[in-house]
Amino acid sequence: MTAFLEDNHYTTLNLGPTHPATHGIFQNVLTMDGEEIIAAEQTIGYIHRAFEKIAEHRPYYQITPLTDRLNYCSAPINNLGYHMAVEKLIGIRSNKRVDYMRIILMELARITDHLICNSVIGVDSGALTGFVYVFQERERVYEIYEEVSGARLTTNMGRIGGFERDFSPSAIRKIREFLDHLPKVLKEFEKLLMRNRIFMDRTIGVGGISAERALNYGFTGPNLRAAGVDYDVRVMNPYSSYDDFDFQIPVGTQGDTYDRFCVRQEEVWQSLKLIRNALDNLPEGDYHMEVPEFYLPPKEEVYDKMEALIWHFKIVMGEVNVPVGEIYHSVEAGNGELGFYLVSDGARAPYRLHFRRPCFVYYQAFPEMIKGGVLSDAILTMSSMNVIAGELDA
Amino acid sequence: MEKVNFIIETLNIRFDKGTLDMDNSSDMLTVTVGKSIIHEVIRFLKEDEMMGFTFLTTLCGIHFPDSPLPLGVIYHLHNLTENRRIRVKTFVPQESPHLPSITPLFAAANWMERETFDFYGIIFDGHPNLQRILNVEYLDYFPLRKEYPLEDPTREDKDDRFFGR
Repeated sequence: MTAFLEDNHYTTLNLGPTHPATHGIFQNVLTMDGEEIIAAEQTIGYIHRAFEKIAEHRPYYQITPLTDRLNYCSAPINNLGYHMAVEKLIGIRSNKRVDYMRIILMELARITDHLICNSVIGVDSGALTGFVYVFQERERVYEIYEEVSGARLTTNMGRIGGFERDFSPSAIRKIREFLDHLPKVLKEFEKLLMRNRIFMDRTIGVGGISAERALNYGFTGPNLRAAGVDYDVRVMNPYSSYDDFDFQIPVGTQGDTYDRFCVRQEEVWQSLKLIRNALDNLPEGDYHMEVPEFYLPPKEEVYDKMEALIWHFKIVMGEVNVPVGEIYHSVEAGNGELGFYLVSDGARAPYRLHFRRPCFVYYQAFPEMIKGGVLSDAILTMSSMNVIAGELDA
Repeated sequence: MEKVNFIIETLNIRFDKGTLDMDNSSDMLTVTVGKSIIHEVIRFLKEDEMMGFTFLTTLCGIHFPDSPLPLGVIYHLHNLTENRRIRVKTFVPQESPHLPSITPLFAAANWMERETFDFYGIIFDGHPNLQRILNVEYLDYFPLRKEYPLEDPTREDKDDRFFGR
């Protein structure tokens, strides 16, 4: 790096930490020859919040709000993924209704995540309209979150052992409305960009990576699938009854920005199909499992039922026995394999909780992907990788 | 199931049995190896055709202050073709927490090892750029080690005796 700086021929350019095109706080120091990128070096950690340390001091049920803030574009996947990890540790088998409700919410979250990412690629290549247009749809999803959890962005959705409340009739109505409405918008959005000459010229062959390099760099999710590897946790290690459903895993061939865009776009269609199937076949049953020692009872029951009061007290005071052990559980988040490595020594809080954040792993490849390209392509590559600062820094 | 036994047997034959501990009781095969052979074990798992653990899922540190070898690193590898995962653990003493870097094998290990260094102070020999990654450079401690309290221990306005860990 310093050798480059000594040569007057090259320019050093600071991209970030608060550059509008980074869509988050992280810095790239680029060494440029004219407009060509010779080398890049990332600096991350600007919003590091020590979640892994905090998690070692908090009871299990209080860690969910921390996971919200990893990938805040698809918070429910993080919440529910964490709950499933804890359930795996304590050995709860979830019932079908909870599974299907989780699938619906996780797929809604995936749709918002992909919509934001893809529309931002549009913004960074100069097409602002699509972004504003799909944000209306994201708003609908956030209203569904509101119905289910009461919150919008950092949802803190569900509990260990299920959900705190069932889907209300208006939540189901809103999901149906969304399912009816999105395809029309999505088609228009695709019409705007998918075969747009300018967009294709800007994205095809930009920021490509081979399947082999992508695997070596630990790519997962849409970025890996764009390179042609059909690895999807939902299919490989089905969790939450994903194996009940029939859906396709789109893959690309070049691993470039356009492929990443197309893979995400197709995944939105598949997610829509999944939500529709799950909602149509939503089984009867309870919206939580019978695990009173871990599932916080409803507040109104705590006030007038003996049992509920006892369990509430035990859970809050940390009197329940968590099994000793270690597990790794991963879910397919918006960006790839979101893993939870959980070590328990039987105490109230995890002994160690490590988040495998997909962004953190694959963002390493960024310098390799933009080397030799021009600056405006680097911006597109970055937005198509969907680097979320919260997930990057944990 | 048979493949797991095959992996256990192969590792036992290939590497000195005394340094290995295998456990298949948790969610995936867990292998604990001595630090002297960790690089060889990972390389074997990755490059041997019968093993095929070519994908590094994650790598993280752990701290057991009361153990004779308190600092540990846990590698999660994934065989994508057979969909099999393996967990490899190794432990080092706190006075000389040195481990060989696996960045020559996996490009993905670069930041993961930097993160582990940042939080646990484990030094990965042969790493191309072993610096702190998430914390500031001038931090003089390793925050995820157990001896560092989450909050300022001199605080008097807050009594967490009944609520802490």
